[in-house]
Amino acid sequence: MAALFPTCLGDLVAPDMVEHAQIALVRCGVDVQPVRGATCCGQPAFNAGFHAQARRVARVTLRALAQTTGPIIVPAGSCAAMMSRRWGELFAGDRDAPLAHAVAARVVEFTSVLAQHLDALERHELRWSGTVGYHDSCHMLRELRLSAEPRAVLRSVRDLELVPLASSDRCCGFGGTFSVRYPEVSVAMADSTLDDARAAGVDALVSADPGCLMQLGGRADRTHNGPRVLHVATLLHEAGLR
Amino acid sequence: MSTDPLPETTFAERSRAQLARPFLRQAVPRATDTAVKDLRARFADHDYEGLRELGRQIRSRTIADLDGYLGQLVTAFAANGVQVHRAADAAEAREHIRRICREAGATRVVKVKSMATEEIALNPALEADGLQVTETDLGEYVVQLDGDTPSHIIAPIIHKTRGEIRESLSRVAGRELPDDAAELTGFARETLRDAFMDADVGISGANFGVAESGTVVLVTNEGNGRMCTSMPRVHISLMGIERVIPALEDLAVMLPLITGAGTGQLITSYVTMLSGPRREGEPDGPDQMHIVLLDNGRRALLGTEFQDVLHCIRCGACQNVCPVYRQVGGHAYGWVYGGPIGAVLSPLFRGQAVGGELPQASSLCGACDDICPVKIPLHDLLLRLRRQRVDADAAPRRERLAADLWAWAWSSPWRYRLVTRCVGAGVRVAVGIGLVGRLGPLGSWARGRTLPMLARRPFHARRDLDD
Repeated sequence: MAALFPTCLGDLVAPDMVEHAQIALVRCGVDVQPVRGATCCGQPAFNAGFHAQARRVARVTLRALAQTTGPIIVPAGSCAAMMSRRWGELFAGDRDAPLAHAVAARVVEFTSVLAQHLDALERHELRWSGTVGYHDSCHMLRELRLSAEPRAVLRSVRDLELVPLASSDRCCGFGGTFSVRYPEVSVAMADSTLDDARAAGVDALVSADPGCLMQLGGRADRTHNGPRVLHVATLLHEAGLR
Repeated sequence: MSTDPLPETTFAERSRAQLARPFLRQAVPRATDTAVKDLRARFADHDYEGLRELGRQIRSRTIADLDGYLGQLVTAFAANGVQVHRAADAAEAREHIRRICREAGATRVVKVKSMATEEIALNPALEADGLQVTETDLGEYVVQLDGDTPSHIIAPIIHKTRGEIRESLSRVAGRELPDDAAELTGFARETLRDAFMDADVGISGANFGVAESGTVVLVTNEGNGRMCTSMPRVHISLMGIERVIPALEDLAVMLPLITGAGTGQLITSYVTMLSGPRREGEPDGPDQMHIVLLDNGRRALLGTEFQDVLHCIRCGACQNVCPVYRQVGGHAYGWVYGGPIGAVLSPLFRGQAVGGELPQASSLCGACDDICPVKIPLHDLLLRLRRQRVDADAAPRRERLAADLWAWAWSSPWRYRLVTRCVGAGVRVAVGIGLVGRLGPLGSWARGRTLPMLARRPFHARRDLDD
């Protein structure tokens, strides 16, 4: 049995995406149940330097996750990285440090799980007509080193043309509190990513991180200038993985 | 620690000014992308990752015993007839250099591009003494003509158009120079040639100082480094104390790392190695060679969680890949060092009070970690500076309040559900009546982006219905 941690952003802002992720996992034969009582990994406060506050929130999530067994699947690259790579530091010297290490070791990012079930994805004969660019989540790419996995998942969809983007590994400008602290710079960074995707002529810009999606989607929506911005899980849903 | 003045503007104000320059946002990405592309292409057949690891080891080993290696360096310099001066801060370093110029009876000074001399704001001090100072790196020369400052560690005029450069050089020429890179460079070369011939003192930085041999190493592409350090009677090298490396053989690793990471070159056009003034029977070289060893906040970092930043070899690669630097350029950072390394060095060298906001001016994407030739964990250092700012109670009160409120609401599943439901409803109302622009961070977000609505049925609510 695996556990699905929606993350706060997934839960509150992108619940459809979390549903799509859950369905995708089940259809690929992964026995998965959403976690109860978990809220957030603590990343917003951790990155802003507020460790005590981050620990207070992460502890609730940690203890909820500790009630589960098996892999903890996270459909948000940055949150998965926070738990895998930063919880050790966040809980260093804390009474929950051993628990944090044990739970962090079970965390896996959503597309990396699907990438182990490519045969199952193929069997579903998914179809999505159009060109797609994949945008790397910075922490998923640089802290978890996951870049081939989400692309392999996208390639399992028929009629979908995955085009390389020069900007795929350049930050979209979200950066948590950075996005509201320096909105002009943050938006300029989003434009840089979106302009590149438009130049490549993609129909959709796809990512595996609700943070990037909120940033890029929010900017694309405001400028009414495309492309569509969606999560890998939502694209799979549209491609017929229902 | 230096007490030199700093701008009173904020990063937000400076970055807005830079964002308003469309040229900057074309030129900086173009130049920096080229440097990174060249690095990848030229090192494709080399074990660049292996080289980075060797570089990290050399720097780490050296800084771990900085005083030991500095002692060796000073002894070796002395044996080579080099006069060594130690400067605790910028003011002392300026004082040493002014005194050496005075004692040499100098009137004209030529300079090799050096960030250390920018760090101590040397030129205004020398000019106040009546010295005529000429920057001889083409980019720095243009910066000087314009009364500007460099905006990139190795590409000082990355922020200027060719048209602007032509205007500056035309002013010196007293005639309209043609809009042609080769012609403009040719004019600068001729003008600078006279400056080399007439100079009494040549001032350089130091890319490395080799402890075992007492050698200053300079990498340049224009040949001006060689001219400045060999033609004038006196050569002064200003070297950050951390730039020492143990042995000449370490250059086999450090040279390709600095030139590769800096300009995408396997080696620069000129590598100058200086081990003392002109000796008996030698036809050329300066009569005196001086080294000024600059601390200016460096030694204080030894033994702290920020020690790794002393491994930096000032190649500028982290600026080249930084998505924030790419948009706003180096001047937005407010002090000599821009980009990720600047966001780390400024608060460490100048204090959290003045540099404390710079670590916030990063999206923490980590691209700098992946490019740094000596693997400095810049992402971690930025996080530590943010934490230090909070621990020192230097963060604004409203930020702490926001973090406390968030932690209170998010640390209980039922509070989390209740609060987000209320906030969601409140935001919908605020958006409905057009007040969202005043809602602090939400208003900031809404400037240029559609605000994501909290779902009326969040995932946790859907699940409850399933049960």
